[in-house]
Amino acid sequence: MIARAMGRADAPRRVMDDAMLERLEELLITADMGVSTALKVTANMAEGRYGRKVTSEDVKGFLAQEVTKILEPVARPMPIYPKKPQVVLVVGVNGSGKTTTIGKLASQFRAAGKSVVIAAGDTFRAAAVEQLQVWGERAGVPVMTAPEGSDPASLAFEAMTRAEAEGADLLMIDTAGRLQNRADLMEELAKIVRVIRKKDPDAPHNTLLVLDATTGQNALGQVEIFQKVADVSGLVMTKLDGTAKGGVLVALADRFGLPIHAIGVGEQIDDLSPFDPDEFAKALTGAAEE
Amino acid sequence: MFENLSDRLGGVFDKLTKQGALNEADVATAMREVRTALLEADVSLTVARDFVDAVKEKATGQAVTKSVTPGQQVVKIVHDELIKVLAGDDAHAGALKIDSPPAPILMVGLQGSGKTTTTAKLAKRLKEREGKRVLMASLDTQRPAAMEQLGILGMQIGVDTLPIIPGQTAVQIAKRAKQQATLAGYDVYMLDTAGRLSIDETLMAEVEAVRNETKPHETILVVDGLTGQDAVNTAENFNARVGISGVVLTRMDGDGRGGAALSMRAVTGKPIKFVGLGEKMDALEEFHPERVAGRILGMGDIVSLVEKA
Ligand SMILES: Nc1nc2c(ncn2[C@@H]2O[C@H](COP(=O)(O)OP(=O)(O)OP(=O)(O)O)[C@@H](O)[C@H]2O)c(=O)[nH]1
Ligand SMILES: Nc1nc2c(ncn2[C@@H]2O[C@H](COP(=O)(O)OP(=O)(O)OP(=O)(O)O)[C@@H](O)[C@H]2O)c(=O)[nH]1
Ligand SMILES: [Mg+2]
Ligand SMILES: [Mg+2]
Repeated sequence: MIARAMGRADAPRRVMDDAMLERLEELLITADMGVSTALKVTANMAEGRYGRKVTSEDVKGFLAQEVTKILEPVARPMPIYPKKPQVVLVVGVNGSGKTTTIGKLASQFRAAGKSVVIAAGDTFRAAAVEQLQVWGERAGVPVMTAPEGSDPASLAFEAMTRAEAEGADLLMIDTAGRLQNRADLMEELAKIVRVIRKKDPDAPHNTLLVLDATTGQNALGQVEIFQKVADVSGLVMTKLDGTAKGGVLVALADRFGLPIHAIGVGEQIDDLSPFDPDEFAKALTGAAEE
Repeated sequence: MFENLSDRLGGVFDKLTKQGALNEADVATAMREVRTALLEADVSLTVARDFVDAVKEKATGQAVTKSVTPGQQVVKIVHDELIKVLAGDDAHAGALKIDSPPAPILMVGLQGSGKTTTTAKLAKRLKEREGKRVLMASLDTQRPAAMEQLGILGMQIGVDTLPIIPGQTAVQIAKRAKQQATLAGYDVYMLDTAGRLSIDETLMAEVEAVRNETKPHETILVVDGLTGQDAVNTAENFNARVGISGVVLTRMDGDGRGGAALSMRAVTGKPIKFVGLGEKMDALEEFHPERVAGRILGMGDIVSLVEKA
């Protein structure tokens, strides 16, 4: 793609002109960065370089640098607090990877010597509880459940009580997938947060919004509304092992500045990596190739 | 969050003097706005580009109706073309080829796109609207509790599911489903598969093997309606490897602009048969191109306005 943006392969150096910038913008757009962020990133990259002769290697590097600059400040692992239990609420739209990510995180925290309890707060979807129970077994972590159709807020409350009584370090609460434009389901989520706060006004200490890398510009709306309703404190992006580049993260970092804690790179328990802005930027701009 | 097309074009054409016909320069300016609107609606870049080229040709030289602004006129041309591409020449999108029982229907797609839910929704629809006897089988040996999920949905909608035998491969389960459907006289058997990345060699080979074993009458690609630019990769790869006969777009109850619909249509040339409009078992509708066209453009009202003028 960059090579194409640069024109002929036998012309290693080309003047950075409007045509080139437009092609670069398009490259970023195809990574889901969105039109306005792509424009901005390309313009920043061109500053002081416009009209100069550059190679495609140069351009990839410059673009990746520009992207890294935006992402660096938000690349932070999920913070661990001295609070017991530290409550981690996991939210997001349907099918984004919430349950799987809880399994992976629980396993990582266990490996770090933390005691973890999981609450199966998705009391709606068929076999959501069974799915989480398998993950609990894999991670070696107990899973608290409630019958299908029961109130997720009361399960969250009970789970807080149990985690406190057992002296658990972390309580991770799974929730049903919900689209952010569904006011009733968002209210249900707000209620879960309210009930948790009755137990501990500082909880949930982390509210993780799980985003699917294949999602396009709707991710902006997801972050905006989930943040409003559930005080999202950080993001996890899943499915980055596929062909989707997840460029909307750049637009999100630019607009909301929320920390990005981790990325999902597969369906196995170890397929959760720290978010590395440099690596992400290189993959996004193609600077990682060759 | 994003401007709709008529707002964008309003801005462009306000600066222009009204003329009798849309000249080339006006159209070129307008088409940049159209392109941006499509990209913001998550239409894939290559698809957006081709679409704009097609519209450009149609718009240039077209006379401007007295009672509408040039902006409205362009919106109408774009809207009409969108509907045309989205609809294709498929007379009845919602129809499934399920004569000659037992008819196999294969459901494929990326992880979490909505395959299992859509399998059950379709089964319910076939049972209730067409009086078909349907058998559902989960070939998902990957995801925890995937088979239980389909089993529970089957119970909810009163449709049989193939008994779970742990340890079988996807192909073995597919064979068993075919056998069971034949022996027990089902009209349709639906094969729900594990989610897979289109670049996952092993799993794509697995679904090819399932296809070869069962020769599906329909192979439905289930795609998240909130998908962005990756829609082209998914459409191209699944169509090339498995050969799809139609698309179901899920999560269209969300507030996404649904540009993936255009990408899917343009890349595969296959009809979008249904849209998923929720998690409940009856939240499935036939695809309506005009609704999705209005949505991609972030509007809908201006078109009827132009129509009346
Ligand atoms: N390739 C890949 N697949 C993933 C990743 N994370 C999750 N998945 C898969 O995506 C699908 C959905 O994951 P879930 O964890 O069930 O998603 P969820 O958000 O809990 O879904 P709902 O509870 O139904 O809203 C499953 O098939 C997972 O195996 C990832 O990082 N990469
Ligand atoms: N809002 C909404 N949610 C949907 C729709 N279709 C499916 N879902 C939800 O999306 C999530 C994933 O659906 P599944 O049917 O499990 O997806 P899948 O493709 O089978 O997932 P894997 O088997 O893990 O690849 C579930 O929470 C479903 O309830 C839809 O049209 N609208
Ligand atoms: Mg879940
Ligand atoms: Mg499934």
